[in-house]
Amino acid sequence: MSENLIVPTMAEMLAQGKQPEVLFWVGCAGSFDDRAKKITKAFVRILNRSNVSFAVLGTEESCTGDPAKRAGNEFLFQMQAMMNIEVLNGYEAKKIVTACPHCFNTLKNEYPELGGQYEVIHHTEFLKSLLDDGRLTIEGGQFKGKRITFHDPCYLGRANNVYEAPRDLITKLDAALVEMKRSKANGLCCGAGGAQMFKDAENGDKEINIERTEDALETAPDIIAAGCPFCNTMMTDGIKNKERESDVKVMDIAELIANAQDL
Amino acid sequence: MSYLDNILFAIILAIGFGYFFVSIKKIRRNINLGTDVNRTDNPKARWTNMAMIALGQSKMVRRPVAGILHIIVYIGFVIINIELLEIIIDGLFGTHRVFAFLGTTYNVLIASFEILAVLVLVAVFAFWSRRNIIKLKRFVSSDLKGWPKSDANYILYFEVVLMTLFLLMNASDLHLQNVPGGYGHFIKAGSFPVSQFIEPIFNGLSNELVMLLSEGFWWVHIIGILIFMNYLYFSKHLHILLAFPNTYFANLNAQGQFDNLQSVTNEVKLMMDPNADPFAAAPVDPNAVPSKFGASDVQDLNWVQLLNAYTCTECGRCTSSCPANNTGKKLSPRKIMMDTRDRLEEVGKNIDANKGVFIPDNKSLLNDYITAEELWACTSCNACVEECPVNISPLSIIMDMRRYLVMEQSAAPMPLNAMMTNIENNGAPWQYNQQDRLNWKNE
Repeated sequence: MSENLIVPTMAEMLAQGKQPEVLFWVGCAGSFDDRAKKITKAFVRILNRSNVSFAVLGTEESCTGDPAKRAGNEFLFQMQAMMNIEVLNGYEAKKIVTACPHCFNTLKNEYPELGGQYEVIHHTEFLKSLLDDGRLTIEGGQFKGKRITFHDPCYLGRANNVYEAPRDLITKLDAALVEMKRSKANGLCCGAGGAQMFKDAENGDKEINIERTEDALETAPDIIAAGCPFCNTMMTDGIKNKERESDVKVMDIAELIANAQDL
Repeated sequence: MSYLDNILFAIILAIGFGYFFVSIKKIRRNINLGTDVNRTDNPKARWTNMAMIALGQSKMVRRPVAGILHIIVYIGFVIINIELLEIIIDGLFGTHRVFAFLGTTYNVLIASFEILAVLVLVAVFAFWSRRNIIKLKRFVSSDLKGWPKSDANYILYFEVVLMTLFLLMNASDLHLQNVPGGYGHFIKAGSFPVSQFIEPIFNGLSNELVMLLSEGFWWVHIIGILIFMNYLYFSKHLHILLAFPNTYFANLNAQGQFDNLQSVTNEVKLMMDPNADPFAAAPVDPNAVPSKFGASDVQDLNWVQLLNAYTCTECGRCTSSCPANNTGKKLSPRKIMMDTRDRLEEVGKNIDANKGVFIPDNKSLLNDYITAEELWACTSCNACVEECPVNISPLSIIMDMRRYLVMEQSAAPMPLNAMMTNIENNGAPWQYNQQDRLNWKNE
């Protein structure tokens, strides 16, 4: 399948003597995970459509170190951080956008002390700013009247107090935003954070993603919107477990916007 | 009149406060067993936090029922304690209702104390029901077995006794104020919207007996207050004092920001420095203690984490919002705080018993109190931190202990070791080649 995505790398930009408006940090999930790659592409389509000058690090990007840090391996985290900072500073990166709240939190909060000072924004905030500036327009319609519930990623919400940008975007789609009983600062984790994504859960009587999926299903949604590739995986698994794939979709905010634009 | 009463009162007061300060000193000493962390920046934000969260109880009302009941007891406690000033002056100088000269103001004050006392009794009954009749899940969980459960009830009983004594004291006083022609030093003072309804119980008793009772209530009330004050150190109720410093010194950074270990930064910088001499001898400092990565015992935690442990009042909001605990895992953030405090107390007692030096007791916070299974169940979602009404961070303790497990003991669960090996080898938590990072573009 070939679509014409324009994805310049920082190296190519530098060769042309150009500095992009924003560096798109794709993240490991966005680069390798089949489901998350679709989110990456949806976001790039919007960037292309809105004529945003951006670039990725491509093969020069490496894990931010988030899962290593949350697992307790501070050495590995700081090794990763310092290597990434060397690359980012080499390109004189100023502004970074990412679709992964874990990369977002680490780059924004934990890199500055180690020498990496950037303006870091989550893709939902970036999309919101494109809308506000009139660089992106959404024609509702496709989602009109659809019930969409938003699952707050912990590292976007509680960790960094970003609650409104994703909700504003959903409202712009003319969709009915329905809240779960536990939302925003009271939101329940999907179960993936703190490196849990990469291990089995401890013994208990339920998986966390099932508990959270039940929260979401209580709102009788057509779509569960997510803003994190890991939450997306957990909620998708939850929906499969509940055998509701046919009537409930799990989609990233970027995918919602891209679909609304027929991208 | 002899001064015996006043001297006795002064002695009781001195013992009460003296013992209390000994306890406070001990808490201070124990908290200072922790490592250093600088929490003096941005005093403005810190004072604001203290004013809003501790003084203003802003996070309590996130759960409205418990929040409002708590505010009643809190305001009752603070306001009624104004009365304590009068009691102390009366006791020391043999006066009676020394502030009575304030006239109307005094009447309003006494009246409001009485109304608050009743409201406190109502709230305390509601609290007691929540623990013992309704049995809310967070109050009957296994964390609270034994002393913590009794402690919570004892505090409520204390409040009932103190409020009842306060009202009886006023009722008997009013009874004597109403004796036609006056009785002894019982001048007409105060307004008694509540105890006027209790007063009739003294009808038919001789004035001498009522006076004896009145003085008895007065003495038991003030002694009760002193006992309660000294009970704090042995109880979760310490939060009424420590909530203030705890909110002042709490973390001000974004909740998602975990600290970067400076000791690690130094080593990583050395590793990445192309000019570093790989054969250079380590700098010699005979006094240097080999630094330990992460925490296995209370002395490895910082003093704010230890202050957190003493501040925790075991309300369990953290645990009831914890995704791991909600799904039946062993982790309970409240237990993390209680274990930290209990171990710190144990270490403190060890130091007391050994003339100021800690003699290793072959125990540690890790394993003897908190198990690896609990630590690995955490999703680092910050729900516990967000919930805590006094800004305690169980998460920071969990993370420091994970650091010890991983960096000192290489004791991570196998799948996490695989994840970390992948990051080391190919810059991603999965086994994909870094050179394939941009393949999605053409797929």
